[in-house]
Amino acid sequence: MKKVDYLVNIGLETHVQLKTRSKIFCGCRNVFGGEPNTHVCPVCLGYPGTLPVLNEEAVRLTVITGLMLGSRINLFSKFDRKSYFYPDMPKNYQISQYDKPFCVGGGVEIDLEGGGRKVIGITRIHLEEDVGKSMHFESSSGVDFNRAGTPLMEIVSEPEMESPEEAYAYLQALKEILLYAGVSDCNLEEGNMRCDINCSVRPAGSEQLGTKTEIKNMNTFHGVLHALRYEVRRQIDILEKGGRIEQETLRWDDRAGVTVAMRSKEYAHDYRYFPEPDLPPVRLTEETVAAWRAELPEMPRARRERFVRNYGLPEYDAGVLSADRAVADFFEETARLCGQPKAASNWVMTEVLRVISEKGLEITALKITPRALADLIGMVVEGKINTTAAKEVFDVLAVRGGEARAVVEERGLLQVRDAAAIEEYVLAAIADNPKSVDDYRKGKKAALQYLVGQVMRKSRGKADPQLVLEELRRRLG
Amino acid sequence: MSELYSLTVRDLADRMGRGECSSVEVVNSLLERIENLDGEIGAYLSVDKERALDEARASDRRRETGQGLSPLDGIPIGVKDIFNVAGEECRCGSRILEGYVAPYDATAVARLRAKGMILLGRLNMDEFAMGSSTENSAYGVTRNPWNRNLVPGGSSGGSAAAVSADMAFASLATDTGGSIRQPAAFCGCVGLKPTYGRVSRYGLTAYASSLDQAGVITKDVGDAALLLGVIAGHDPADATSLAAEVPDYLQCLRTDLKGVRIGYPREYFVEGVEKDVARSVQGAIEECRRLGAEVIEVSLPHTEYAVAAYYIIATAEASANLARFDGVRYGLRAGGRDPLEMYAETRAAGFGREVKRRIILGTYVLSSGYYDAYYLRAQKVRSLIRADFQEAFKVCDVILAPTAPGAAFAVGERTQDPLRMYLGDIFTVTANLAGICGISVPCGFTDDGRPVGLQILGPAMGEEKILRTAYAYEQATPWHTRRPPIAGKEGVE
Repeated sequence: MKKVDYLVNIGLETHVQLKTRSKIFCGCRNVFGGEPNTHVCPVCLGYPGTLPVLNEEAVRLTVITGLMLGSRINLFSKFDRKSYFYPDMPKNYQISQYDKPFCVGGGVEIDLEGGGRKVIGITRIHLEEDVGKSMHFESSSGVDFNRAGTPLMEIVSEPEMESPEEAYAYLQALKEILLYAGVSDCNLEEGNMRCDINCSVRPAGSEQLGTKTEIKNMNTFHGVLHALRYEVRRQIDILEKGGRIEQETLRWDDRAGVTVAMRSKEYAHDYRYFPEPDLPPVRLTEETVAAWRAELPEMPRARRERFVRNYGLPEYDAGVLSADRAVADFFEETARLCGQPKAASNWVMTEVLRVISEKGLEITALKITPRALADLIGMVVEGKINTTAAKEVFDVLAVRGGEARAVVEERGLLQVRDAAAIEEYVLAAIADNPKSVDDYRKGKKAALQYLVGQVMRKSRGKADPQLVLEELRRRLG
Repeated sequence: MSELYSLTVRDLADRMGRGECSSVEVVNSLLERIENLDGEIGAYLSVDKERALDEARASDRRRETGQGLSPLDGIPIGVKDIFNVAGEECRCGSRILEGYVAPYDATAVARLRAKGMILLGRLNMDEFAMGSSTENSAYGVTRNPWNRNLVPGGSSGGSAAAVSADMAFASLATDTGGSIRQPAAFCGCVGLKPTYGRVSRYGLTAYASSLDQAGVITKDVGDAALLLGVIAGHDPADATSLAAEVPDYLQCLRTDLKGVRIGYPREYFVEGVEKDVARSVQGAIEECRRLGAEVIEVSLPHTEYAVAAYYIIATAEASANLARFDGVRYGLRAGGRDPLEMYAETRAAGFGREVKRRIILGTYVLSSGYYDAYYLRAQKVRSLIRADFQEAFKVCDVILAPTAPGAAFAVGERTQDPLRMYLGDIFTVTANLAGICGISVPCGFTDDGRPVGLQILGPAMGEEKILRTAYAYEQATPWHTRRPPIAGKEGVE
C-alpha cells in the first residue's frame, strides 16, 4: 500500500574552531588539550576588569571562508553580547555577532547520491568565542577553560538539505573546503567541528515547512547521519499516526540510538543581545577583502574537475588526489616536474598515500620531495630501473629524503643494459637449465618465462627484462 | 612649615627632589593622619602599612643613588576599590568579591607604579560604583570630612573624602555617571573625568563599559593635570582606548582666560538647583568673565532625558558585566545543589540592594520585546545628547555648570528614594553619555558650610581646555585652600 510521501528539510549550524596561533580575545595559545586550565589568563577566564582585544587573524579566516563559499562580505561588522548562565562560560555572556555578521549568503555544492549536484544555501557566517568544558567527577564537577576563547566560526545553512545523506554530504563538502582554505584543522576528535541540527518533515505537496526540532551538540558526521535518520523516521511516524510535532530541543543518545528531549531549563533562553561595548565595530576596506580574495586557493571541486580535464585522470582518482590540498599540491608539482601525470597519479595514490596512512603522517612530514619522486618516475619510464627497485628507492626517500639518483646508485639498482653482461647471464641460465631449454624448443612457450626469471635471479633483478627476453629468443632461436 | 600630609603632590615632588623629606617620612605622616582620622570618616577599606613602608624605603634608596624613577617616586596615592592591583583583594565594595585577589595590575595602576608611586590603600565606594553617596558599600558608610552627618557623594566617596581630609595626596577613581566629579564637589576637592578612552579601562572592574572612565581626585588643578599625564594614553589591552599622544598637561595651565569662550547652558540653571549652589556657580562664571573669558549662552536641549537614558544604558551593560560574579571561579560562593541554585544563592547573598535593583532593571530593558522601547531608544537619546554638545562646542571652548544640583546631603536622607538619588546625577551623566571630559573644582560654600563644585565640561580630548579654565579660576579664588574643620589645626588631632 502506497502511503503519503514526506519531504524532509534539514538546516545545520556548524561551529568551526579556527586555526589561529592565539585565542580570539587574548594572547593565550590556541591549542587543543593540555592539563586543565593551563592555557588560560585573566582575560579568557573573565576576571574582573579584563577586556577583549580582537585577534585580526580570526577575522581574516572568517572572511576567507565566506569568500570560498561565495558569501557577501559585510564591510561593517560588529560584536554583540549573548547572555546566559552556564558554568563553562567565564563571563556568563558570550561575545558573538547578532545582526552584523562578517559574511552573508553563499552556498556549498554537494554531489547527490543518484548522481547530479545541488547547492545548499548558506544564511550567514559569524565569529564568536568558544566556551570552556565542564567535567563531572564522582561527587563534584570542574571546568577546564583551556578551550574558552578559541575563535569559533558559526556557519548557518538554509534548511535546504532534503535527506540525512545530503546533510552528511554537506558536512563532508564543507570540511573539504575549510581544510582547503586552511582556516581550520577540522579535527572532529578534537572538537574542531560541531553542529546543531534543525530538522522538519512535511507531507509532499505541502508548501509550508513542518514544525522543526533542534538536535544540539553533534560532534561526528556519522552521528549527524544516524541522528537524522532516526529523527526523520520519528517525525514521520508521529504524523502518520495523526500526531503533531512538538517544537523542542533534543540531544542524540548515540548508545541508545535515539533522540531525547532536553529539559526546558537547559535551553530556554532570552539571550538579551546588545552591542559589545568593549569592542569597536570592525570596518574592513574593499582593498583588504580584495587582497584576501586574491590569495584564495582553488576550490577542491574545481580542482578535481581540472584534474580530470587536464590530466585525463579517472573521476575517482581525481577525487582522491584533490581531497587534501597538500596532497593535491604534491601531485601537481610531481606531475609538472616529470611530465607524466598518469604515472605521478599512480605513484601518489599508491605509494605516497600508503606511506602516509601507514605512518599516520601528514604529507608535509614526508621526506620525499616532488622533485625526487619526479626523478624516480623518470628513471622508471626511461627504463633505467625497474618498478620493484623503484619502490625500494621510494621507501628510502620517504624516510630519509635526498635525491632519487643518489639512492639508486648507492644501492646499485640501475638496470643492466650492457649487451655483454646480459649475454653472460643468458648463457649461464641456458647452461644451468637444459630441461627448460629443451621444453621451449619443443614448443612449450611457458618455459621461456621461466628462463627469463632465472636470468633475472642471476642478475639480482637488475637486468633489463626486455633485453633479456630478446637475447634468450636469439640464443634459443 | 606645614605638615607633610597637607601638601599637594607637586609640592611633595619638589621637596623630595630637594632632599627635604623622605618617602618614609611622607608615608608615615599620612599613616598617622589616617590612624587619627579615618575611624571617623571611613574612607579606607584597607591600608597596607608594611608594604607602603617597604616601598617607601626602596624609593628612598633609589633616590639616594640617583636612580629615582620620576619626580613622583615615593609619593603615595590612594586607589578606589574598583581597580585591580596584583596581589590585593579587589572587592568593589561588594560581599560577592570577598576573597578575590587580583592576579594583575590595572593599566592606570601600573602607570602610577612605573613612576614609583606607592599604593597606600584601598578606598571605599558604592558597591560596583552604583550609587551617589557611598552608602551602598557592603563595608560601611564613608562620611563627609566637612560634616560627618553628610554623605561624601559617590560612588568614589572614599577617594574624595580621603583627599579632602588630607588622608591622601590624591586618589585614583572612576566616573561612570559622575562618580568622580560629584564626590569631589561634595568634599571640596578637584575631580577630573577624562574623555572616554583617554585613560585605559583595563583592570578597572566594569560597571557600564561604554561610560566608565578612570580619573583622579586631587587637592588642586595642577595635581590633576600632572597625574592625568601619567595615567593617560593608548593601551593595547583596551580596544576602546584612544591613540592620540599625551600632551604635557601642566604646560597648558594659565592664570588668565583671555580668548576663552565659555558656554553657559541654560538647561543647567533651572528650578531644582539649590539656591546657594546656583549663586556660587553664577559667581564663578562672573569670575571667569573677569579673568578675560567671553560667556556665550548655549543650549543642550536633550538634557532632561539624560538621566533616563543613562539609567537604561548603564544598567543594561551592568546586567551583563556583573553576570560573571557567579561563585564558579572567584569570590563568594554560597551553597546550592546544582549550578543554577549556586548562582541564585551566591548572588542573593553577595549583592546589595542597589546592585540587585540595577541588574534587574538592566535585564528588563534588554529583554526580548522591550529592547526597542528602552535600550534602543536610550541609545538614540544618547546620540542626541552627543550632538547637543557637538553643536555647543562649535561656539564655545568649555561649558560651565553646577557639578550637582545640590551640595552634600545627609546620610540616610535618600537611601529609601532611589529616584531622587538618581535625579541628582542630572548634570554629570551627560558627559559620560557624550564621552566628553569634565572637571569639578571648588567654587564656594552653601550658607551652612557645605562645599559647592563648579563643573567645567570640554569636548572629547579637550582636557587642556578644561584644565586651563579650571586652573585660572582656582588661582583667582581661595576655595581650594580651604580645609574641612577636622583637617585643620583645631581638628581632631
